[in-house]
Amino acid sequence: MSPEAKHNLVDPLIGNNPITLQILGICSALAVTTSMKTALLMCVALTLVLAFSNASISAIRNHIPGSIRIIVQMTIIASLVIVVDQLLKAFAYDTAKQLSVFVGLIITNCIVMGRAEAYAMKNPPGLSFLDGIGNGLGYSLVLIVVAFFRELFGAGSLMGYQIMPLTTEGGWYQSNGLLLLPPSAFFIIGLMIWAIRAWKPEQNEAPDFKIHESHGHSTGGAH
Amino acid sequence: MEAYLSLFVKAVFVENLALSFFLGMCTFLALSKKIETAIGLGIAVAVVQTITVPVNNLILNFLLKDNAILPGVDLTFLGLISYIGVIAAMVQILEMVLDKYLPSLYNALGVFLPLITVNCAILGGSLFMVERDYNFGESVTYGISSGIGWALAVVALAGVREKLKYSDVPKGLEGLGITFITVGLMSMGFMAFSGVQL
Repeated sequence: MSPEAKHNLVDPLIGNNPITLQILGICSALAVTTSMKTALLMCVALTLVLAFSNASISAIRNHIPGSIRIIVQMTIIASLVIVVDQLLKAFAYDTAKQLSVFVGLIITNCIVMGRAEAYAMKNPPGLSFLDGIGNGLGYSLVLIVVAFFRELFGAGSLMGYQIMPLTTEGGWYQSNGLLLLPPSAFFIIGLMIWAIRAWKPEQNEAPDFKIHESHGHSTGGAH
Repeated sequence: MEAYLSLFVKAVFVENLALSFFLGMCTFLALSKKIETAIGLGIAVAVVQTITVPVNNLILNFLLKDNAILPGVDLTFLGLISYIGVIAAMVQILEMVLDKYLPSLYNALGVFLPLITVNCAILGGSLFMVERDYNFGESVTYGISSGIGWALAVVALAGVREKLKYSDVPKGLEGLGITFITVGLMSMGFMAFSGVQL
C-alpha cells in the first residue's frame, strides 16, 4: 500500500478526526448514540455513503463545471443516501425506524460534503475512496466510544444485552438516566476532545486572548 | 387554534431542533462566536425554514404520495432528493429576491445564505414534517416555530461564548471542548421545558 493511501486511511482516526478536530458531522454523532446498535448501523451507512460519494465525485471531477459543482455533488450524495435508506428499510427495519430522520440527514452531513470539496475534487478515485473509508472510520470511532458509555451507564446494557442488572429489575446497578438524554452527548464529546488534546497538544486552538502573559515571563524586572 | 399554539411552544422550547435533536450543529458551533453573526444566521435559518417546510409539504402531498399524480404511482422514495432540491432552489431564489428588494438584509446575511442549504436543521425540519405526518397548517406552524427555536438557541450560545472568551479555561478544553460542555448545559436548561404542556 502506498504511503499516501495509508495516510488517508489512518490519519483521520485520531490525528485529523472529522468530529473532534475538523468539526464536521456532529449532528448525527450526538443523536444516534443512545445505543450501540443504532450507532453501529449509522456508522456503516455513513462510511458507505462517504466512500462511494468520494469515489464517484472524484471519477467525474474533471467534467464538473465549477459553478454548479455543489448541485452535482448534492445529487450524487442524495442518490447514494436514498439507496442506503431503502436498503436499511429492507434489511434492518426496526433499527432503521429508531434512526428516524437521521439516515436522510446523511445528505447534509458536513463530512460528506466537506470531504468531497476538500479531497475528492482534487484527487484520483482510488485515493478518494480510501479517504472516504478513513474519515468514515474516524467518525465511527467517536460514535462508538460515545455510544459505549451512554448505553453502558445509561441502560446497563451493550448491543441490547444486559451487562449490569438494573435495580428496577432486582439487580445492583442504579442506572444513570441523564446519559440517555441529549445533554450527556455534548458532555461526553466535550470531554473526549479534552482527552485527545491533552494527549496531542498540537491540536490545541490558539486562544483569542492571552490571560497569563504578564505573570509568566517576569525575568525582565519591573513590569 | 389551540393545537397550533401547543405545536409552536413544543417546537420552540420542548423539542428545540438544536438542543434536543442536535440539528444544524456544524454551523451552530462554527458561527456562534459573535452575537451579530449569530442573529444574522438565526434570521436566515428561520426565514428559509418557514418557506421550505410548507413547500415540501405541498410537494409530498401533491406529487410524491401514493396515487398523487397518476393512480398506482408511489414516488415517496424520491423524497430525499426532492426535498434537498427544493431547499437548494429556495435558498437560491431567496438570495436573488433579497438582493433585488432588500439589499440591506442581503448584505447583513452575506455568506450565511448559501451555507443554509447544507444546514441539517432545514432538511431535518422537512423530514420531521414527513415523519409526523403534519397537514399544511401544521407544517406552516412547525416551519416558523422550529426556525425560531433554532435562532433562539444560536443567539443564546453566542451570548455565552462572548463572555467565555475572557475566562481562563484549561488548555485542552479551549475552543471546541468548552463550547460542547456549554451547549450541554444549555440543553439541560432547555430540558426544564419538557414538562410544559398547553
